[in-house]
Amino acid sequence: MIVIVDYGVGNLGSIKNMFKKAGFKAEPSSDPAVIRDAEKLILPGVGAFDAAMRKFRETGLVPVVGELVLEKKVPVLGLCVGLQLMTRGSEEGTEAGLGWFDAETVRFKFDAEHANLKIPHMGWNEIHVRRQHPLVDGLLADSRFYFVHSYHVVAKDTDAVLAETEYGVTIHSILGKGNIVGAQFHPEKSHKFGLQLLKNFAERVS
Amino acid sequence: MIRPRVIPCMLLKGEGLVKTVKFKDPKYLGDPINIVRIFNDKEVDELIFLDILATTENRRPNFELLKKITSECFMPLGYGGGIRDMDDVRQLLSIGVEKFVLNTSAVENPSLIRAAADHAGSQAVVISIDVKKTLFGKYEVFIRAGKKGTGLDPVKFAVDMEKQGAGEIFINSIDRDGTMQGYDLDLIQRVAEAVTVPVVACGGAGNIGHLAEAVKAGASAAAAGSMFVFQGPLRGVLISYPAQEELKRVMP
Repeated sequence: MIVIVDYGVGNLGSIKNMFKKAGFKAEPSSDPAVIRDAEKLILPGVGAFDAAMRKFRETGLVPVVGELVLEKKVPVLGLCVGLQLMTRGSEEGTEAGLGWFDAETVRFKFDAEHANLKIPHMGWNEIHVRRQHPLVDGLLADSRFYFVHSYHVVAKDTDAVLAETEYGVTIHSILGKGNIVGAQFHPEKSHKFGLQLLKNFAERVS
Repeated sequence: MIRPRVIPCMLLKGEGLVKTVKFKDPKYLGDPINIVRIFNDKEVDELIFLDILATTENRRPNFELLKKITSECFMPLGYGGGIRDMDDVRQLLSIGVEKFVLNTSAVENPSLIRAAADHAGSQAVVISIDVKKTLFGKYEVFIRAGKKGTGLDPVKFAVDMEKQGAGEIFINSIDRDGTMQGYDLDLIQRVAEAVTVPVVACGGAGNIGHLAEAVKAGASAAAAGSMFVFQGPLRGVLISYPAQEELKRVMP
């Protein structure tokens, strides 16, 4: 079973619904025993970086999930702020991130030409796949995804950048390295395009 | 780059969907689940559901019905109507609604805005402002399904709501509702200039050109009811949504 790590943050209901639509069982849990039994993990997240990181730490689940992901190589998909938590830290706060990616989370900074762009980046946008990885195999043509975020990840390790998206600047919209993957957007809210991505995670990422 | 969102805004009355004119004369459209399925197939950008009776009937959201809706809805979903406290917010999140639309509560219990934003992020908190022009030509905020005037100015109110933690302002013109004659662009422009969060325009859209006008006036997204549910001068019920290519071509 896919377990959605429930540390009190994120749209768990939507994620569960979309996996069900894709034909997979995904259940939210904060129980370490259930999480240890998971075939795959989802790390959700919305809202502020520090609040999410603190709540995740308060549950005591960080070492449990860390061991599964880093040592047992259990596949994990971070969504939105869940992806941002996988970086070293965020300009939005002072808490240290998980550091699973050699990446930072930074605020949108636009040049004069794009100064009128709204923050958050909210709406449907395209992705440009930069690297092969099971997560992005066979995504539908003209794929578009629903984004809503004020901060974005910048990977120093460019090998981990699976896809990029343009919004005033080029953002790294999907990161992936082996069993650790993450998307800045919300596949659970992105019609058949997001369905395909979640299906890829469930079927192909190992 | 992103294209401005185009959002069908659906009104729930009991277990059915309706469409009003100037917040009155609700016309029955059909079963919400069937209509959601059609909008899902048409891959709409986002959906907003407003339960127009919940507050006046003094009851909470119809969670059972919303649960059925979210299991068919694979796009962002906003819900408004009868949201009174954090219990409602948590329950909505757990069934897959990720935007909470506050209207009466925003005036009567504004501390809910900050609490909901702290819990789910400010992007999840949409303040819906129903506006009517008074006899003296001034804009006024109305609550309780458009029945109760507040004396508040919508522009000042929108600025205040942003300060309290709102992530989006949904501005709805009661005078234009269901008329299909075009948005109140002056109102949209005034609000959009005053806040930094995205503004969703609603009330009056009759064709895709109107949607583009709202965006040119400063809205980040255009919402509509009638134009997505009625067809022809006799207003026969037919669910429709513009094709992606058309939206790309027309929207600024």
